[in-house]
Amino acid sequence: MNTAATQRRKERIDRGIKVRSDGLYALMSWRELAYLIAPRALLIVGLLALPLVMPGAYWQRVISIVCIYALLALSFDFLAHYVGLVSLGGAFFVGVGGYLSAIFNTHWGWPVLAAIPAATIAGGFVCTVLLLPCLPLRGVYFAIVTLMYPLFLARVIEALNILGGTDGIMGIDSFPSAWVEEYGVLVLLLVSLFAIRRLVNTDLGLVLRAVKDNDQAVKASAMNITHYKALAVFIASAIGCLAGACIVHIYMWAGISVFALDFSVLPIAATVIGGAGTLVGPVIGCLILVPVSELLRDFGTLRIVFYSLILLGFITFRSEGVMVYGQRKYQQFERWTTI
Amino acid sequence: MSDTPLLEVREVTKAFGGIIALNRVSFSVGEGEIVGIIGPNGSGKTTVVNCITGFIKTSAGQILFRGQDITGKPPHKIADMGVTRTFQIMRPYYSLPAYKNLVIPLFSPRARRTGGWRGGGRLGDRNTVGIDILEEIGFERDSYVPYKLTSTLPTGYLKRLELARCLALKPELIICDEVFSGLSMSEIASMVPLIEKLQMEGITLIMIEHRLRELFQVANRVMVLNFGEKLVEGTAEEVMADSRVREAYFGSEDIEEVMIHA
Amino acid sequence: MDILIYGTINSVALALYALGFALVYGISRLPNFAHGALYVLSGFIAWSARNTFGLNYPLSILAAMAVTALIGAAIYRLFLIRVRGMEISEIIASYAVALAILEGLRWGGFKGMTYTLPAFISGSTTIAGISVDYQRIVVVAIGAVLVALLWLFTHYTRIGLALRGMAQDERAALMLGIDSDVMAVVAMALGSMLAAFAAVLLLPLGNIVVESGYNVLILAIAVCIVGGLGSWMGAVLAAFIIGFAQILTVVYVGSHFQMVVALLAIILTLILKPSGLFGQQKELEERV
Repeated sequence: MNTAATQRRKERIDRGIKVRSDGLYALMSWRELAYLIAPRALLIVGLLALPLVMPGAYWQRVISIVCIYALLALSFDFLAHYVGLVSLGGAFFVGVGGYLSAIFNTHWGWPVLAAIPAATIAGGFVCTVLLLPCLPLRGVYFAIVTLMYPLFLARVIEALNILGGTDGIMGIDSFPSAWVEEYGVLVLLLVSLFAIRRLVNTDLGLVLRAVKDNDQAVKASAMNITHYKALAVFIASAIGCLAGACIVHIYMWAGISVFALDFSVLPIAATVIGGAGTLVGPVIGCLILVPVSELLRDFGTLRIVFYSLILLGFITFRSEGVMVYGQRKYQQFERWTTI
Repeated sequence: MSDTPLLEVREVTKAFGGIIALNRVSFSVGEGEIVGIIGPNGSGKTTVVNCITGFIKTSAGQILFRGQDITGKPPHKIADMGVTRTFQIMRPYYSLPAYKNLVIPLFSPRARRTGGWRGGGRLGDRNTVGIDILEEIGFERDSYVPYKLTSTLPTGYLKRLELARCLALKPELIICDEVFSGLSMSEIASMVPLIEKLQMEGITLIMIEHRLRELFQVANRVMVLNFGEKLVEGTAEEVMADSRVREAYFGSEDIEEVMIHA
Repeated sequence: MDILIYGTINSVALALYALGFALVYGISRLPNFAHGALYVLSGFIAWSARNTFGLNYPLSILAAMAVTALIGAAIYRLFLIRVRGMEISEIIASYAVALAILEGLRWGGFKGMTYTLPAFISGSTTIAGISVDYQRIVVVAIGAVLVALLWLFTHYTRIGLALRGMAQDERAALMLGIDSDVMAVVAMALGSMLAAFAAVLLLPLGNIVVESGYNVLILAIAVCIVGGLGSWMGAVLAAFIIGFAQILTVVYVGSHFQMVVALLAIILTLILKPSGLFGQQKELEERV
């Protein structure tokens, strides 16, 4: 046998408390319940407390922007890691939602609280229809098409000088009050986060994950893949359009800059940093990246260079991301064993 | 068994660029039969399955199911009509527990149409129905096996899982692509009664196989493909007595010893 | 008549844009989203070589092509090789590189009308009553020669055949002793050089602007998708179709819609015939 020095290997084992709190057994004691609830409670309480904690209107605005980007990142993570469609153009959703809400508000005179939901649903439809041609095809085509749409829409609006052209649509109502603006977006983020989380664990969510893993098998099970992909795209684009509608009302202006690269790239970078596939990770990633990006605002487009380099680093060196690391530490412990 | 065949394949041809994978293959399958398709590697057996189930478009020819033309329809529509298949390169959902694999086919419109597994009622919770189907197919109900992660299951169970995914759709026809391959002797010994049970329940089967001994135990008729062409069709004895078949498999040597064990 | 001439010139330009992208994708299956960025970067290098370092024009051109090829190879070797095979990650990674380069150039002050490269031959002539610059004629001539040369290269030289072998079946090529990693780097260097080549040919017709980085990428992808990935004939034909469609749009509708034509071409192709005009590979891709 092996008479050389014994080799050691790291092994990972679930923590005792994780095993004890699996499923129904969580009700066994307060400790197990706390183990499960603590992270989620921390997230909810932490986010809700942020506007109270951060001083000044500037930071309040930053928090709202964090939530907007977090919605986009959530939609990216959902599409990419639970359905297998990588959307390189979050700006597309933001732009469609933003312009639709602006139109509903200024041209049709709807109040903000009606315009935003309407823009969300209508925007979801519009985006899904525009993305329909590439759904039956391989994921590459979806990435290419989502990449191009924001670039094109921006040019078309500029060229045709419709919808305000380069000046944009001005005079959009803002939220009824500052508190609504602050907390409205936060609550929407939390609701979307937990809704998507529940969705991926339902039977429908299982089907979507199956489409990502193994679409031939899903086809052989008598299900129309395009239909389910379209459903997923609708959900994700509705969330993106919601983000766009909100931001237009926060800034009270809708212009070509809603198609900016920022909205496409930062969510991807945030997802990669925060932990892809965890749905919470992208939110955390935005919490980190957006304030940094605000600080870099003076540097102009250097921001985008910054995100792209981070993105490049993470993608090529395949880091796990904050949440994945965190989840692993929370649920498992490591130790050295000898072989 | 009725007179009109359940599935009719007429002059199906498939060319991949310069390679002719199938050359005017024709056969038919009657309701309730078990038909075996055999032939050496590369003879086009899996291509036939892919053409019938719509995963590949034919270059020429027609495929009829219950008299309806299904040539060129998309795979999910064909499966929706009752023609299901297993995959030679297995495709379970590795990241899910075994019984969750069945949630997906049970979610399909066909499963919802053909009613609950408990005979004509609501479908019931898909997880429970999934466990039921797994029990029918041979997973031990009270053990932890149905709950194990699919990536940890041995091949025998995975093959059954493939069949279970077909059964969840209440199919009329199952095309089994090499269901016996990769199994140990004991696993096969328990698969054969399962196949017979499926036939007794009224499901028609087309079985593509390399394990001839086990296939001949269950098949009513056998068809031989070689280089994309149908060589011969008939009962197991007729087919194996044909010298062309022996030549296709073994070259033109005398191989009577092989037949002793058939 | 002028539609015919300008249509041809535009089509050749599109084909030149697409060549580098198609080469890299055809050989190593890498969708190189940094293609447009390399185009602009090489223009910038040529300009710097000429204006900042004072080299003469031909030397600047060579410098641009060489440096760009090296940069492309470096990008591949350092970053893209690590995500080899994972298509979506390749797209994200090469897109991130493109953004870093393009937005970096934009931040570095690269805007406005002052960055130009001079034409090879100044002046113009008249063909069939239409005035055409010599530069444009040069573009068409050189473009045609380039396509012919590339075709010969990939069909008759050892390296070219090795690259084609890799494109068809990587495992078989590996077994025959062709090192696919090295070949992929070579392919990327060649693709970058072709981007630089297109840049030095076409940038003298206008200014060096960062926006053209995105446009070139989109046009290259459009040509490749419409023509079908993996087919020379298809790419050339697609370049002509899109090229003429663009010119017709400029004449009859308005010049802002040029890029919209490209997008429409992509969407139409994806709806009607996703594998492109002459695309071959759709069915062989997935072994069911």
